[in-house]
Amino acid sequence: MKKQLSYLDSVHRDGRVWNLSVMVLLLLFPIIVSIVFDAPPDWNALLMGLVATAPMYWAVGIIETFTFVPMLGAGGSYLSFVTGNISNLKLPCAINALEQNNINAASEEGELISTIAIATSSIVTTIIIVLGVILIVPLTPILEAPVLEPAFAQMLPALFGGLGVVFVSRNWRIALAPVLLMLVLFIFVPALNAGTVGIMVPVGVLFTIAISRILYKRGVL
Amino acid sequence: MEFRTNHPLLFLLAGVIVAAVLAQSVYFLAKAVRRSRAIGMDQAKIRKTIRTAAIFTVAPAIAIVISVIALSKSLGLPLPWLRLSVVGSLSYETIAAENAVSAMGLTLGKIGSLTARQYVNISLVMTISIMVGIWLVPLIGKKLHNGMLSLGSKDGKWAEILNNAMFIGMISAFLGYVFCDFSMLWKPVPGTAATTGLIPVCVMAVSAVVMALCGLAMKRFHWKWVNDYALPISLVLGMASAIPITAWLS
Repeated sequence: MKKQLSYLDSVHRDGRVWNLSVMVLLLLFPIIVSIVFDAPPDWNALLMGLVATAPMYWAVGIIETFTFVPMLGAGGSYLSFVTGNISNLKLPCAINALEQNNINAASEEGELISTIAIATSSIVTTIIIVLGVILIVPLTPILEAPVLEPAFAQMLPALFGGLGVVFVSRNWRIALAPVLLMLVLFIFVPALNAGTVGIMVPVGVLFTIAISRILYKRGVL
Repeated sequence: MEFRTNHPLLFLLAGVIVAAVLAQSVYFLAKAVRRSRAIGMDQAKIRKTIRTAAIFTVAPAIAIVISVIALSKSLGLPLPWLRLSVVGSLSYETIAAENAVSAMGLTLGKIGSLTARQYVNISLVMTISIMVGIWLVPLIGKKLHNGMLSLGSKDGKWAEILNNAMFIGMISAFLGYVFCDFSMLWKPVPGTAATTGLIPVCVMAVSAVVMALCGLAMKRFHWKWVNDYALPISLVLGMASAIPITAWLS
């Protein structure tokens, strides 16, 4: 137990150093551009731009942190919140790895498998984007070909169809109520669409936890 | 120095930050693999996890490259490369850039060439708005994670159910999203075929059937390798099916 704690403690220590360093580097980008090109920000417009953008993003960011950190594990959280694309890439990748290896996410093995899957996914994503940037001229006509457009437009349904069938069939008692609730909400509430699905993730998570707790207390699970 | 959105210095700055993020991923991968050896985990499982994660990532990563290309038309290449390698997504970055530019009385996409000042404003709005998770995880990540661990030590069965419940909660939200245009069947939108809302539903069904067939092949023919590639296979075949399904239903 002591060893596990010390590994996790070191993950948290290293994660803090890495994330805060990346944050400083990110902020340095506009600062260096501003200094080198002798272009101070337009402060009024900056304030207006931030007022229009930041409150919504910060609210979403805070909700996402509380929703995803318990699912991603320690190492996976530090990495995922730096590299992004959590719900459409990193988390499905980790869930699939745990499922394949039949490992409980709450165990140390689960923590390691989740971190390894997310780190690998981050490395591959970064490398593919670098290749895309280098090869942008020959790649653009191929990737923007109208014939391929529907395939990339339907990536999320293709991803969650495969992932959903595994999880829903194995945990149908837990899944029944939240799946029905989300279907009804998304079909009948016009405001729910691609832009608002992120907000519905914590709603789905909290509802499923509440249902599971009731079923667990009644001895159904 | 004269500014342009594809200036070599911007590539250099973006490249340094992307390299740092890559280094963080490599560091955490090596650390986790080392620990897995130390506690005696089966290394074949670790290699399989790496292989599957890498293959699964290819299609979603190409989708991110497409987003980089889309954003590069108005912002040049270095800033979208940076923003979509670190935290961002196409929708977030587009909204942030539009808000930053409209605060200066302009419209994104209608500007001939961005000035350095506009560029600095855009990148500041994008960066400050999106970075909550980067500093909030160091602040509260350990407490949240330790809370989960102590729950696990108190009631192991409930901790396992809780984990599954969280995953299913997220998956159910996305399954609901697949049906978000379903109501077009009885509430038509002018200029759009009523069956358009069925496209994501059909794609999801194809992907689910492929996944179920993979499971069947594994059980019936004992093709264990299918287990490693079932998710990437169902993802890619589901995406491929979107091409004829979209032509048929839209």
